Amino acid sequence: MDGRPELERFLRTDPRDVGCAEAMEMLHIYAELTVAGAPAEQQYPGIAAHLRSCGPCGEDFDGLLATLSNQET
Amino acid sequence: MLKVSGAGRQYLGSIVAMAPADPEVGETPAARLDPESAEWLRVLACADPQREAGLARLHEMLLRIAQGEVRRRGPRLRIAGPELEDLAYHAAADALVAITSKIGQFRGESRFTTWAYKFVIFEISAKIGRHFWRNPGVSLGAEDWNQLPDRFGFDPAKQTEWRDLLAALHRAVDTELTARQRQVFVAIVLNAVPLDTLVIELGSNRNAIYKTLFDARRKLRAALAANGYIDDDC
Repeated sequence: MDGRPELERFLRTDPRDVGCAEAMEMLHIYAELTVAGAPAEQQYPGIAAHLRSCGPCGEDFDGLLATLSNQET
Repeated sequence: MLKVSGAGRQYLGSIVAMAPADPEVGETPAARLDPESAEWLRVLACADPQREAGLARLHEMLLRIAQGEVRRRGPRLRIAGPELEDLAYHAAADALVAITSKIGQFRGESRFTTWAYKFVIFEISAKIGRHFWRNPGVSLGAEDWNQLPDRFGFDPAKQTEWRDLLAALHRAVDTELTARQRQVFVAIVLNAVPLDTLVIELGSNRNAIYKTLFDARRKLRAALAANGYIDDDC
């Protein structure tokens, strides 16, 4: 396996990335928009960029999405 | 009628007693709230015994969410059984304290329950980070650069193709990064220390550690691109 794509993905940073503090502050809003099928990524591109890049915040987002989905079923 | 499990009753009692009433709770714009959220805020702003009953109901809900979330994450963790159940219990209890102390910050931009669930998810992440801090698989200060190829999935059999690239990366880590950036890079990338564990080890917060690594990534990319090891497409 060639690790170059993974290394390049890791090194690539998105200037729109808002960081953990803002993403965590807005996570409940972003998650509800996502579950509702609203264009959350277009509405909050900086949060979308962050969640793609930050493992812990991405995990929290996945957890909140799973929770909301389970509550609706 | 509220139902709290026997095992949890004693602990919940102390949590309810600890949970502070937020003085701003009555100032949330109720007109923007859905009926369920408005009811949660109303109950939690009441005097006892209604508030105590509301807190017990909220705790019960948070515990259910916490248990579901640790089950979801469980297969990827080296935590299982009673320890995982204990983690869920403490996450729910601490989330209740966080929610009651910050309830004045709830602006009705989501359902109250979604806002509340967020805190239990955060508490689970923090507690998993603390678990690995107490039981680290590697020394946080260790520095084994032989791990680097494996971290990115480079094939040992094709070492001739990536040796120069990773040697350049190592040099850039040594020459381009600040001491703090290097420390964070080594811990997270080389030693695979979870970010939330490093937060505890360094007495920092997730945002600061992420920003340190973000700046390190940007510098390393620029250094590798400047020396022709990767394309500068940004």
